[in-house]
Amino acid sequence: MNYEIIGITVLWIFLYGYLIVASVDFGAGFFAYYAKKTKKDHIMNKLISRYLSPVWEITNVFFVFFFVGLVGFFPDAAYYYGTALLVPGSIAIILLAIRGSFYAFENYGSKQSDVYMFLYGATGLLIPASLSVALTISEGGFIDVVDGNVQLLVKELFFSPYSWSVVFLAIVSVLFISATFLSFYANRAGDTSALKIVRNYALFWSIPTIIASLTTFIALSRHNPRHYNNMIDLWWMFGLSVACFMIALLCIYFKRNYGMAFIAVMLQFFFAFFGYGKAHLPYLLDPYITIHEGATHEAMGLALVIAFIAGLLLLIPSLILIMKMFLFDADYVKGKK
Amino acid sequence: MPELDTVLLSRMLTAMTLGFHIIFATIGVGIPLLISIAEFIGIKKKDPHYTLLARRWTRGFVITVAIGVVTGTAIGLQLSLLWPSFMQIAGNVISLPLFMETFAFFFEAIFLGAYLYTWDRFKKPIYHWLLSIPVVLGAGFSAVFITSVNAFMNTPEGFTMEDGKIISINPIQAMLNPATPSKVFHVLTSAYMTSAAILAALTAYIIIKNRHKAKAYYKKALKFTVIMTFIFTILTALAGDISAKFLAEYQPEKLAAAEWHFETEEAADLILFGRLTDDNVVKNAIRIPKALSFLAFSDFNAEVKGLEEYPDDELPALWVHYMFDLMVMVGMYSLVVTFIYILCTLKRKWNPHKKWLLTLLVLNGPLAMLGIEFGWIYAEVGRQPWILRGYMKVSEAATTSPHVGKMFLLFLALYILLGVLCVIVLRKMFKNNPVDLEMKERFPSFVEEETE
Repeated sequence: MNYEIIGITVLWIFLYGYLIVASVDFGAGFFAYYAKKTKKDHIMNKLISRYLSPVWEITNVFFVFFFVGLVGFFPDAAYYYGTALLVPGSIAIILLAIRGSFYAFENYGSKQSDVYMFLYGATGLLIPASLSVALTISEGGFIDVVDGNVQLLVKELFFSPYSWSVVFLAIVSVLFISATFLSFYANRAGDTSALKIVRNYALFWSIPTIIASLTTFIALSRHNPRHYNNMIDLWWMFGLSVACFMIALLCIYFKRNYGMAFIAVMLQFFFAFFGYGKAHLPYLLDPYITIHEGATHEAMGLALVIAFIAGLLLLIPSLILIMKMFLFDADYVKGKK
Repeated sequence: MPELDTVLLSRMLTAMTLGFHIIFATIGVGIPLLISIAEFIGIKKKDPHYTLLARRWTRGFVITVAIGVVTGTAIGLQLSLLWPSFMQIAGNVISLPLFMETFAFFFEAIFLGAYLYTWDRFKKPIYHWLLSIPVVLGAGFSAVFITSVNAFMNTPEGFTMEDGKIISINPIQAMLNPATPSKVFHVLTSAYMTSAAILAALTAYIIIKNRHKAKAYYKKALKFTVIMTFIFTILTALAGDISAKFLAEYQPEKLAAAEWHFETEEAADLILFGRLTDDNVVKNAIRIPKALSFLAFSDFNAEVKGLEEYPDDELPALWVHYMFDLMVMVGMYSLVVTFIYILCTLKRKWNPHKKWLLTLLVLNGPLAMLGIEFGWIYAEVGRQPWILRGYMKVSEAATTSPHVGKMFLLFLALYILLGVLCVIVLRKMFKNNPVDLEMKERFPSFVEEETE
């Protein structure tokens, strides 16, 4: 296998990892705010804060891995996306900065204030929306190169049905993923009153998720027929995705196997995300960069892959240790530690 | 006044982000080591004062880590957003340490979470201390890797270029370029020195204010942090000396700019402060005969290359001279003040807690951080006009986007907000939870042996 295929696979796995862990985090922020507004925060927030405390920095690292890896494996992509995304990228950084630091201020520092809860909830939805812009422009049609200068076509982006369908999909997916995870976590903690609430969230957000997926499909067929046709060729991946969605929904509806429900949701997004990604190839930025022309030299590709494997050998045992200590330590989950 | 073009604005935005980030990066690299040592002393001496010290520092530390993380994410992305052409080359040649830095940080973040939440969880306290080691290592290696990227900008190696295209790459050689060892040593020692100086300054400040009853606690804290500052100041001075010798050999124009050394000559004088006339004549400076030759080559008669050997458009701004001198002054100040304190603790009859000495120690904290900023400004401006010395100029690397100015204002607002909130939160955190109360709560059986 070539380094560019290994490279893009590694990056896509990071992005998928970020999609899952960050969705849980972002959605939890929104639900925490919503619970406060509907005066249910006394039931909900203990659950949310117990899960989130140890993991927010880890979530952030997935994202950093992705863009650092992108620069390393595909330096040309860094050039194009860097120039085009100055404004949306800067906005995303500021939102991430506000969210991350406010989280630390309030949780390690003092008591929760209304402003903080609002920002925490709002950034949870705005960050995925702003990050999704990068995926949208990768489809092509939103970037122009004049005299070698890369420009973002803001008007096209703003009035494109495709770009809005992606934003919508990003937001509802975040809420759905988060709600199913919180259901699993509440069930595990034996917190029945919180479980009742988050289970309803999960059921509620499942419908917009499937609708948004379909509208994005349709919008893509108009915007980038090549990508759309490739996706149709990979129909079985999207079929598996829908099947996983149904399994998750059934588990949650019948109040059984919340753990399996969350795994099914992870698989649902895994198949959809990798199906989307595979069909996107060979382009990293349609039509300017392909993974073949944009890839780094072989020596660097090899060095990065070795570093990546060595890094994983170090990190996976550490992560397992942490999970044992926090996420899956029944006493900790139940709040006894 | 120069016009605010995209290049200058990009430089300003990068300088602002890094100038803000390195405050927290420095603390982030240095404080874990001090926490770890304090906890270890607490376990070995069975002295809960040290344990509490480590514990309270950790609580404050996580706030600064959070800002370090978010500003670090910001600069990571800004490099691609503001310097896309540079990152295109950097991505090809020097992305290995960038990638590994992320791993090192990941490692640190994982164990910091564990360290923070498990103080009372182990029967043997040494197990908890063991969790601090990956945090110290992760923080240290983050600095090593990221510094090697900066070193690469100064002495790029490990690739061959033909007609503007990179044709072969050796990632390891790029990472271990000639500037890496001296830079890494200087960055690490100065981070440890500054972190210790800041903790010492905070402790001295509290003792002066005398609001607290826990005097024994604070005196131990002061002694520990000042001794640490002293040790790392000596190491920083050593690292600085090594860096000067490195520059003399590999980047002579950078050293010459810092020293206002125009003509190549043997037995060169060292110039301290002073000012430059319009035709580059040095006025009002302190001259130390032959000292520059000695600094550069450990030989009073060695030949030191002057600025005359380089074309005018490849020279940095000469005001970096002041940055260099101020950085050295900060180091000297720290060395003298901490030495006086240590002398006072050794002499029976001398009181190390005199107000004037404590005040000098309070000043040493912010001064050390300023020293970091001065040194960093010297390192960056001294490399100008290059972003990749000999290969790419800063003006060729910047983005072409017209929106950099607006982004500058947005980020300025963000950093002001984060800086102010950080101070407020930290103050509140420690004010609402004084040492004597926490001591009683956590170690009820421990009786304060010293009552004053």
